[in-house]
Amino acid sequence: MTLCKVLGSVTATAKHPAFLGRRLMVVQAVDELKRPVGSSFIAIDHLCSAGPGDLVLVTREGGGIRQVLGDATLPIRSMIVGVVDEVGA
Amino acid sequence: MYLGEVIGTVVCSRKYEGLQGKPLLLVQPVDHRRKPSGPVEVAVDTVSARRNDLVYLVGSREAALALDPSFVPVDSAIVGIVDSVDV
Repeated sequence: MTLCKVLGSVTATAKHPAFLGRRLMVVQAVDELKRPVGSSFIAIDHLCSAGPGDLVLVTREGGGIRQVLGDATLPIRSMIVGVVDEVGA
Repeated sequence: MYLGEVIGTVVCSRKYEGLQGKPLLLVQPVDHRRKPSGPVEVAVDTVSARRNDLVYLVGSREAALALDPSFVPVDSAIVGIVDSVDV
């Protein structure tokens, strides 16, 4: 998993049915000192209610996401799986 | 998943049979400020995106899952047209 900072959200009306009803967030991967690493990307927020500025844990592995969401056909590759309280480094 | 901007189309008349009828678009991956974030790529379109649309894409194995049937050799698929990015 990757540490990321939530930058904001994305709204899309025309989308693949797998994304209906899902919150899409813009996240930026960061290192242990919260410095940006690479480009921002999109992740769905599943039950974490993350908002802009939150430090979150993001998984970028579709197989695990399909298991958690209980649908073996989902074309989803990144998901916020936790809101980070503290990083000790 | 990641954002991208549609910059053109690609036509292949001879292609793998699972790709027949699937539109191919040229996409420039971008970040949330629409700044290019990597090399231009070819993506299969599942949402009828058009040139200059800001879209979001899914890559790797999940790209093929966006298609029906899903056993096709693609590694990038457009799965949504972005109305707005609020950051």
